[in-house]
Amino acid sequence: MGAGHTRTRLPLLPALIALTAILVMACGGGDDNKAETKSTPAAASATQAAAVPSASTGGSTAATSTTAATPSTQAKQLSLGAVVSLNGAAAVFGKSQQQGLQLAVDEINANNALGVKITLKVEDDGTDRNQGINAFTKLINDNVHLIIGPTLSNTALATDPVAQEKKVPVLGISNTGKGITDIGDYIFRASLAESDVLPQTVKRVVDKVKPKKAALMFANDDAVSKDGGDLMRDAIRANGVEIVTEQQFSTNDKDFRAQLTAVRNANPDVIFVSSLINPAVGIVTQARELGLKQPIAGGNGFNTPALSQQAGEAAEGVAVGAAWNAASSNPLSQQFIQKYKAKYNADPDQFAAQAYAGVYIVVEAARRAEKVDRTSLRDALPKIQNFDTLLGKFSFTEKRDAKHDAVIQIVKGGKLAVYE
Amino acid sequence: MALVAVLVALALRSPQQFVNGSFNGAIYALFAVGYTLVFGILDILNLAHQAVFMLGAVVTLAFMFHLREQGFPPPFSWLPFANGLNGWLRDHHLQFAVAAGAAMVVCGLIGILLDRVAFKPIRNRSDSNFSPMISSIALALVFEAIVLRQFGPNGESFPFGTFPVQTIEGPGFTITLRQLVIMAVSLLLTVGLQAFVRATRTGRAIRAVAENPRAARLLGVNVDRIIVLCFFISSALGGIAGALYGVEFRSSIEPYMGRGIELKGLAVIILGGMGSIPGALLGGLLLGLTETFTVDLLGSGWKDAAAFTILFLILLVRPRGLLGQKAVREA
Repeated sequence: MGAGHTRTRLPLLPALIALTAILVMACGGGDDNKAETKSTPAAASATQAAAVPSASTGGSTAATSTTAATPSTQAKQLSLGAVVSLNGAAAVFGKSQQQGLQLAVDEINANNALGVKITLKVEDDGTDRNQGINAFTKLINDNVHLIIGPTLSNTALATDPVAQEKKVPVLGISNTGKGITDIGDYIFRASLAESDVLPQTVKRVVDKVKPKKAALMFANDDAVSKDGGDLMRDAIRANGVEIVTEQQFSTNDKDFRAQLTAVRNANPDVIFVSSLINPAVGIVTQARELGLKQPIAGGNGFNTPALSQQAGEAAEGVAVGAAWNAASSNPLSQQFIQKYKAKYNADPDQFAAQAYAGVYIVVEAARRAEKVDRTSLRDALPKIQNFDTLLGKFSFTEKRDAKHDAVIQIVKGGKLAVYE
Repeated sequence: MALVAVLVALALRSPQQFVNGSFNGAIYALFAVGYTLVFGILDILNLAHQAVFMLGAVVTLAFMFHLREQGFPPPFSWLPFANGLNGWLRDHHLQFAVAAGAAMVVCGLIGILLDRVAFKPIRNRSDSNFSPMISSIALALVFEAIVLRQFGPNGESFPFGTFPVQTIEGPGFTITLRQLVIMAVSLLLTVGLQAFVRATRTGRAIRAVAENPRAARLLGVNVDRIIVLCFFISSALGGIAGALYGVEFRSSIEPYMGRGIELKGLAVIILGGMGSIPGALLGGLLLGLTETFTVDLLGSGWKDAAAFTILFLILLVRPRGLLGQKAVREA
């Protein structure tokens, strides 16, 4: 009887496997299409050149031939590769990045004054280290001059050594973790590291709240949160504030009342939290339910609209440091928001903004270089100092990391506003 | 008695931490009570229980959105009281109760499916200790993959106002109405299930099957039906546990929400005594309180290590758990 049952159930399994395979293949197909949508200014300028003479009269033919010739003789051709996560856990960020990159590339190709024309090739890393390595290898074989990306620090630690070995410059536009630029002298990043943002966040909060005693909470089982906790501790002490209690938790914890009760007993003036978004939501809501009214400040993990969406009123007044905020008064930033909205009918986030700035930084390096190749770009990038971007005055540090002012934000009316 | 004295001392030391710990214990017990039922009957671990728990939250959330946007589901909308019911549902916090109730039934049915697909086909095989565990893991992965596909990986929450927001100030502690209701439900379900198993005819049949399925069959008990019933009850309890967990912890509803509690649930049923229903409640409370007071007394970095060390020590003294009975069968 039992055997009979087994036989009747069996067809379920192959059917499931087949279904999964179909789904996977369907997704794969989608990515290829996305990756193929790359802008080809060479083709665009060719059609332009072809169209102009037919519209012009004989008298201006000479002038036409010079404009047609300009792109080939004077405009520098920059072949840009980008690796972003268009699938997997970081797909939300990758899509923003792709759109930010495309917006910048289209703008630059339309602007003859810059004298640089870009071919952009976008590859998907699928939020996966191995796929990231494959994407890097493919772009390197395609002879791109520089690779932008990948989306996550975790992926970058696997992919960037590949580029370093082949002496291809890389510009990270969203990596905030430790050790990225330590990989080698071809690795740059345009995204502020946590080690830059957190001290600025702590300082601003201390200046505003003027606390004597602080509580520090951090997740002890994921590297980003733990490193962030260490950075916060140093920054709090550097600002002359006493840490009255330190509480740890696990990133997968849901209940933080035991730790928060200990914080309540220590009665600090401010609470600093280093964690990813899920624990952040739990901590903020449960703190308020337990009657903790102190200001709360968080790291990069808090820097997402999900904070106020999920925590609601409890998130009001929470301070978060970031590289960019839509409310920033920088005119370049305002222009970017308008153009982005016009093109994609959506609000840009920090990932789109950093991607957009990244392209302009590479173009600036290409303009400064005598000719565009991998080594010249690598040599030109560190020379960028106090360059105007939508992120503010941008410079590279000696260690090829980004340097610009962070934006300290505060949750107000369910949105992240500039904390001034 | 020593245990009671320790509990009183802890409660006096920090009433707030005692409440925090008891609440966590109630959450663990809620998860463990359904888990331990199947374990008690079949002597196998249903490792898909955590996925049913997750589905409980997801299905409740889906039902709630349906009730919010479209009112009572179409098959019932012709009923004369449907309109009145809709108005009633809109005005009250009953939406959640109705949705969670419906999710319990759905999860119960999923439990039956689970038995049919993962357990029944291999029940009478000779190597029946590990293969059901593996097949239940497989089914859990399938459930997780489906939810991941449909709802994505982000942590979701019930809409604000799903539960009345009210904080109660006790002597030396603060607790929300939501937490109190969850603790009450946890207690009620455990006591109710224990009464059912102890005092009803069906309950007696369940115990008979747990004791010896072959003897029970010879005495005229429909063993297959009892097993199906146990899976239904176990999974329905898992479903309501997930729904309450989802409403309590914001941003917690995601495909892998059951994985964090699965191991603790296992610890609870081993500590309480495998298959013992009051043991699940007692074990849950003990684990919750141990964790909380580890944070209070030793520091938060020790939470899991210390809690599980204490569980280990208790098991050294009482190898069958706190309320576990000595095995009398063993064929």
